[in-house]
Amino acid sequence: MPEITRDEVAHLANLARIDLDDAELDHLAPQLSVILESVASISGVAGDDIPPTSHAIPLTNVFREDVVEPCLTPEQALSGAPAVEEQRFSVPRILGDEQ
Amino acid sequence: MTDTLVAFDDVLATYDPAMGLEVHVELNTASKMFCGCPTEFGAEPNTQVCPTCLGLPGAMPVVNAKAVESAIRIGLALNCEIAEWCRFARKNYFYPDMPKNFQTSQYDEPICFNGYMDVDVDGEVFRVEIERAHMEEDTGKSTHVGGATGRIQGADHSLVDYNRAGIPLIEIVTKPILGAGAKAPDVARAYVAQLRDLIVALDVSDARMDQGSIRADVNLSLSPKGSDQLGTRTETKNVNSLRSVERAVRYEMSRHAAVLDGGGSILQETRHWHEDTGITTSGREKSDAEDYRYFPEPDLVPVAPSRDWVEQLRGTLPENPTARRNRLQESWGFSDLEMRDTVGAGALDAIEETIAAGSTPQAARKWWLGELARRANEDGVEVTELGITPVQVAAVQALVDGGSINDKLARQVFDGLFAGEGTPEEIVAARGLAIVSDEGALSEAVDAAIAANPDVAEKIRDGKLAAAGALIGEVMKAMRGQADAGRVRELILEKLS
Ligand SMILES: [Zn+2]
Repeated sequence: MPEITRDEVAHLANLARIDLDDAELDHLAPQLSVILESVASISGVAGDDIPPTSHAIPLTNVFREDVVEPCLTPEQALSGAPAVEEQRFSVPRILGDEQ
Repeated sequence: MTDTLVAFDDVLATYDPAMGLEVHVELNTASKMFCGCPTEFGAEPNTQVCPTCLGLPGAMPVVNAKAVESAIRIGLALNCEIAEWCRFARKNYFYPDMPKNFQTSQYDEPICFNGYMDVDVDGEVFRVEIERAHMEEDTGKSTHVGGATGRIQGADHSLVDYNRAGIPLIEIVTKPILGAGAKAPDVARAYVAQLRDLIVALDVSDARMDQGSIRADVNLSLSPKGSDQLGTRTETKNVNSLRSVERAVRYEMSRHAAVLDGGGSILQETRHWHEDTGITTSGREKSDAEDYRYFPEPDLVPVAPSRDWVEQLRGTLPENPTARRNRLQESWGFSDLEMRDTVGAGALDAIEETIAAGSTPQAARKWWLGELARRANEDGVEVTELGITPVQVAAVQALVDGGSINDKLARQVFDGLFAGEGTPEEIVAARGLAIVSDEGALSEAVDAAIAANPDVAEKIRDGKLAAAGALIGEVMKAMRGQADAGRVRELILEKLS
């Protein structure tokens, strides 16, 4: 497992919207490398016959029927909003990240 | 800033276009993808939301079985393989239209993959390969406030309605479409049109491009003629009409060519489509897939459709719309133009059912594309939304065929149907519309017309039979149109012979 570079940590921090200064990057990048190395050691234990696991329980196909259930009232839905306008969540405009 | 453009023909002299189309189909399930909130279009803002689709902490999503079923049916109709086992994944990004800060989607394990659709472009068949069709959820809707045009540029804040967040979407992605050349814009349009027809036939979506239930993203790149290397692509987002799909491809081809001709390079980015001006403008720089830090969704267990289920769903597929259209055209004896009008008016099913209820193809076409289309147009609705059924239309036509009314009176019967006055027979009786077959009344009316027009009568006596038209008109008027014009003519000629 190659170690994670300081630049990669800075990029990830930016993607995660975590504001890290230079000192924090110097401090955290080596720590993350150690963590990655430790986690990677698991792959040394698992044989080829053990598939990667993403879920703790071996279940598939847990579905619900297509039935409408009661939802929140707009008052409930908006009760935690920082600001409300025209029964909508009011947020600062965000440029450049539109999907 | 206005883009420099190269004339379309000149683009083709130097470059080969490659396209990729991503079409999002909003499913018509009653409830959302992962929660029981309703999916009504046009509801008051934030009235169809719950902790799950608002991304509140601790809320647990559960997959809507109907959405999986629709995804598989779409995949099968596109000749795809259906995954035996696949997972949902989190696509992580920060934007207020997705309150969880991730979109639940599928990444490297789409439920459908490796399909194709044969697209008919002016009689020539073009095979579009399908890379994948995967399940995901729609985002909320932002309105940008403070800008002059409602667009995000210049806005000072945004208002978000999460009614749409969590509505099931199927994203259908093509492989690069190569070799279309000058027909690239037409192929793109025909593909989306045919895909929409397929979605309608499957009945898995409202399929209203104008309401955003089908949305297309158009990827385009140019490479020097003969080169087998793909150029840098741009992705024009949210192209929401068939005509715009065609125009967006054409515009980006001309724009790319101008940049490349000038020695520049294409920036890999998303572009905004402007319906009003028919141009694209720069959006954001395209993120790498890694930047979304996809990982398997821990709150949803894998989907493993049994082969029995898949085969059972295969049995529910409708006839391929193109094949069906060809079959019906042949059986009805419609010209290409008549068929195109029928399809364009969305009257194919209605006409088929009217014929099944006893009308001839031409009679069914006459009503649906004539009188009823005219009324639909007046009311600004689809002809199938008028509330008139194929069985009613066939019943009206049966009255015409039986001689009790003519086409003109039939229009008044439709008035009665719209007013809810009962069956066509009841309306004819209640409104007194039946053609008068009472020979006595008819004979009296003919006598009156002859008496009132002695000069015309004289001409007919002298053998000028064409003059009878004037008298027929007068009798029909006196009978308020409710007479058999042929019988009136016979009576006039008998009396004046
Ligand atoms: Zn919900």
